[in-house]
Amino acid sequence: MSFDVAALRRQFPILGRPVNGNALHYLDNGASAQTPDAVLDAVRLYETTARANVLRGVHALAEAATEAYEGARADVARFLGGVPAEEVIFTGGCTAAINLVAQSYGSLLKPGDEIVLSVLEHHSNIVPWYQLAQRIGVKLRPLPVTDEGRIDVAALPQVVNARTRLISVAHVSNVTGAVVDVAAVVAAARGVGAKVMLDGAQRAPHGPVDLPALGVDFYVFAGHKAYGPNGIGVLWARRELLEAMPPFMGGGSMIGSVTFEAITWAPPPRRFEAGTPPIGPAVGLGAACRWMMGLDWTAIGSHEMGLTQRLMDGLAAVRSAWLIGPPGLQGRLPVVSFVLDDVHPHDVAQILDSFGVAVRAGHHCAQPLMERFDIAGTTRVCIAPYNDIGDIDALLAGVDEAVRRFA
Amino acid sequence: MSDALYHDRIVALAKSRAGAGKLEAPTASARRDNPLCGDRVTMDVRLDDQDRIVELAHQVRGCALCQASAVALAARATGLPKAEIGTLRAEIDAVLDGTAAGEGDFAAFAPVRPYRSRHDCVTLPFEALQDALKPR
Repeated sequence: MSFDVAALRRQFPILGRPVNGNALHYLDNGASAQTPDAVLDAVRLYETTARANVLRGVHALAEAATEAYEGARADVARFLGGVPAEEVIFTGGCTAAINLVAQSYGSLLKPGDEIVLSVLEHHSNIVPWYQLAQRIGVKLRPLPVTDEGRIDVAALPQVVNARTRLISVAHVSNVTGAVVDVAAVVAAARGVGAKVMLDGAQRAPHGPVDLPALGVDFYVFAGHKAYGPNGIGVLWARRELLEAMPPFMGGGSMIGSVTFEAITWAPPPRRFEAGTPPIGPAVGLGAACRWMMGLDWTAIGSHEMGLTQRLMDGLAAVRSAWLIGPPGLQGRLPVVSFVLDDVHPHDVAQILDSFGVAVRAGHHCAQPLMERFDIAGTTRVCIAPYNDIGDIDALLAGVDEAVRRFA
Repeated sequence: MSDALYHDRIVALAKSRAGAGKLEAPTASARRDNPLCGDRVTMDVRLDDQDRIVELAHQVRGCALCQASAVALAARATGLPKAEIGTLRAEIDAVLDGTAAGEGDFAAFAPVRPYRSRHDCVTLPFEALQDALKPR
């Protein structure tokens, strides 16, 4: 397979639409990626030919809906390295998936047990654990971050101990783009019998994930960042963990039997999918996973890293710009944060918007990391396979204008 | 479109940093954070025995709109009875929703009106000042 960015761009209808009279240069992919025809068509096909509730009905549409929903689960399982489909739980999003683990697996923990989180985590991988700590008295242990914006795995021996029950870290930082050394994290956890959860929100948009090779216990990601619809996310966990975990939400579909005297739980994954699930979004996510599995990620990786290098070279030429994150291309994905001296990130982003360039500015729901670097926020560029040189050059032109206007 | 937003007066106000700093012995002080973006404003005020604002200083970790707003607010609020700060807040809210032109430098914020996500940048200094003046 070869990679043709122009052909790929034609699969995304929104990229051809001007915004405020400008060509759209969409580089806010880390917040939400755009959606290709393959996903839009799959959702429309479901909604127009198979819309019904799943699992319960015997009529033709209900059967078709169930098949589409469970087919999407199988697609996600293949995307995650061929894990059993029964280990894939559909949730309302990545945040919902982490909360599910914190509420359910967390309820099995005891006061004094410890959970290790890194300083660069998104708030969605801090707050649910803080709430658990408030509720049952587990202790949170922060894992430091290096000057390059990487999780400092060399500090694991100082933070992980016999009381550690879980290490939960970002697979890829949503601020610095650094990829965590998963093998080091897993080795540290196994040494004390702890579990490992990876927040894959920023990793899943860059191709299939080989979970069996990673050797972790929980993995979560969001549909809308991975070219799928909003309102859908995924929790994967090992079967034996899911079978030991109590349900998080109660309702229809998640039970074995119900009487006023006793209720039994359905086996996973249904145990964790109370009520009518987000069927259309799940179908869309399944299509997004199939779409991603059909791409040549070696070629795309080279393309994305070429753009990342062009971006970093361009920023290096701006005297007041400095990066928050790895200075090179090794061990990173194309998430690049930068700061301009004397220009606030919101003002940078607003100027960029006038060039048709969409980026995210602020603390990126990573306030402990902002405190680590003693900054209020950054301007963040997240590159997707459909981005091209024109997007990067438009961004760099906007940065020059921001410097000219404010510095 | 950002030309309209970041017009010369806004940029000049933001760059002037007039009134920026801390008071040595404030009568009251308050810090407000914008939880969505992490911006932070601290307002120190000194009141006389008739609750008139005789001195005001602001520390802003925020964007140009927030910086400019703090400067404009400090200039208008100094010398006013604290009871009249609510009137200034109502005036800037009216500028932002397009129902009033605003007096003096408050009028400079009229171009922010269509940028709903930036309204909080302008109002954060007002909220910090109002918080500082609340009865304790």
